[in-house]
Amino acid sequence: MNPFRYTRVTTPKAAIAAVIQEGGTYFLAGGTNLIDLVKREVILPEKLVDITKLPLATIEKTATGIRIGALAKNSAVADHALVQKQFPLLAMALNAGASAQLRNMATVGGNMMQRTRCSYFYDPSMPCNKRSPVQSGPDKGQPNGPAGCGAIGGFNRMHAIFGGSGKCIAVHPSDMCVALAALDARVNVAGPKGERTIPFTDFHRLPGDRPQNDNTLLPGELILSVDLPTNAFAEHSHYLKVRDRASYAFALVSVGVGLKMNENTIQEARLAMGGVAHKPWRLTEVEQFLQGQPATEVTFRQAATLAMKGAKGYGENDFKLTLAPNALIDALKTATKTA
Amino acid sequence: MADEETSGGEIENPGSSRRTFLKQSTALAALAVTPPAGITALGNGFPEKAAAYELLPLQVEINGTVQKLSIEPRVTLLDLLREQLGLTGTKKGCDHGQCGACTVHLDGQRINACLTLALTTEGSQVTTIEGLTKGDTLHPMQEAFIKHDGLQCGYCTPGQIMSAVACIREGHADSPDEVREYMSGNICRCGAYANIVNAIMDVKQGGAKV
Ligand SMILES: Cc1cc2nc3c(=O)[nH]c(=O)nc-3n(C[C@H](O)[C@H](O)[C@H](O)COP(=O)(O)OP(=O)(O)OC[C@H]3O[C@@H](n4cnc5c(N)ncnc54)[C@H](O)[C@@H]3O)c2cc1C
Ligand code: SF4
Ligand code: FES
Ligand code: FES
Repeated sequence: MNPFRYTRVTTPKAAIAAVIQEGGTYFLAGGTNLIDLVKREVILPEKLVDITKLPLATIEKTATGIRIGALAKNSAVADHALVQKQFPLLAMALNAGASAQLRNMATVGGNMMQRTRCSYFYDPSMPCNKRSPVQSGPDKGQPNGPAGCGAIGGFNRMHAIFGGSGKCIAVHPSDMCVALAALDARVNVAGPKGERTIPFTDFHRLPGDRPQNDNTLLPGELILSVDLPTNAFAEHSHYLKVRDRASYAFALVSVGVGLKMNENTIQEARLAMGGVAHKPWRLTEVEQFLQGQPATEVTFRQAATLAMKGAKGYGENDFKLTLAPNALIDALKTATKTA
Repeated sequence: MADEETSGGEIENPGSSRRTFLKQSTALAALAVTPPAGITALGNGFPEKAAAYELLPLQVEINGTVQKLSIEPRVTLLDLLREQLGLTGTKKGCDHGQCGACTVHLDGQRINACLTLALTTEGSQVTTIEGLTKGDTLHPMQEAFIKHDGLQCGYCTPGQIMSAVACIREGHADSPDEVREYMSGNICRCGAYANIVNAIMDVKQGGAKV
């Protein structure tokens, strides 16, 4: 690993100050993504700010739901009684990710901020607009390796079928984020200009012509916590993850479903897909369609057709155009207990 | 991956021991595959640059002994254990969180030592495979791996055993299927999986304290 400097902080304020003080400075949480990227020289930090000692790891009940601290470990969230009882979709999504060891290290904030697994991004000798943006600058990141997009016209089996651009077709690899997008989470952040709250579905962004920006966090902003509002979906929730092996692999396609049912009728739906876009892919239009519909195969097929509107394959990932709607139908069957 | 390919065909190089050769060829391979950034670092006087980075203090309890150390920020817990403390029981497989060979317990939780920056363990307790044994008495999980032939080459075994102990302690060993899911972070390229699951189920069902 290239050498870098290290500092440990005990207050969010000190963490933010350390990051804005000097370019090339990064927050370090569990390290499971950052240290990997530093070893591969995808990221060449000047300094790491160890935030693991910040008091941001609590999971607590609030007046409107629960608040999960940004430094809560993925395993602690998945095992938490409140999460399992009220938000089983989140627990399922977390347990579908990585390995038991990695979930003991990975934090909620780090999981949201993890970079794509696009193999061109991971190899600095390959062209990649995300790693080597054409316009560089203090908040744009420094170019590292050739620009371009290796995946368009290259190996793109893992890549996006929704919302890609001519600059980048990478996907956000997180499972947890699919559940948080479906469950209307909100993200509390603090930065040099104070605190603000971002709806989860606005946290990540589509690549457009700035693929270097995975999300809408501003320079120096630190994620403090994630709020989840109470809902009526616990009984009819399901996270379906389709991958190349049964465990310990990233999603080809995943589906998060939460439903409120009255007998056989869907009263309210929450749906998001993973492995298909640069951000967790919330399906609001499909949710509206499902409202008031009977839980039947016909309904699910119509929902899947609607969900695939605007989908586009890039060659090697064309199979996702069939896999995604089938996964959606399957997840709806399981969640409605009509499988 | 590139390292393996480059050194793979040349292991029989006469005149240097396999180990030295592997070290040399890995360094060369690293140079060969390292993108411009690495070369830039060399051009900038990499060794001098590295030397300029200060050593920072670290106090951490390892297998019951408090260690007061002085280390570079970029040192991982895995490299600290193996290179500086001589605790080579913990293995380096992939060095990227993908195989589980480096599994140790940090404050009682199983983690991958290869992606843990050593300085982040300040004030913590680390247990490695060397710390699992009590004197000459093997841990029940070690006994079970021997009894069930839960290994072939043995390279993944320390990680498997550390993970297996945690798996039972966490309460994730109630069925062979659950064991398979919660042990998926430990890859065995010899494919000793069936016997590993048997060993874990045996310890779990035997009710020994792990
Ligand atoms: C082998 C392997 C398999 C994996 N499989 C999966 C999988 O199947 N599904 C899945 O979802 N994930 C998977 N992961 C990814 C894993 O979930 C992420 O690496 C992890 O969640 C990152 O969290 P961390 O705390 O370790 O972050 P770090 O590595 O510490 O940080 C990641 C980034 O987040 C930033 N950051 C951290 N905390 C904050 C904060 N509070 N505010 C602002 N920025 C912050 C850091 O600066 C850094 O840029 C896998 C990882 C590995 C290595
Ligand atoms: S898809 Fe995005 S991350 Fe992958 S090579 Fe293209 S620009 Fe880079
Ligand atoms: S060496 Fe740490 S997971 Fe492979
Ligand atoms: S025993 Fe050889 S890798 Fe597992």
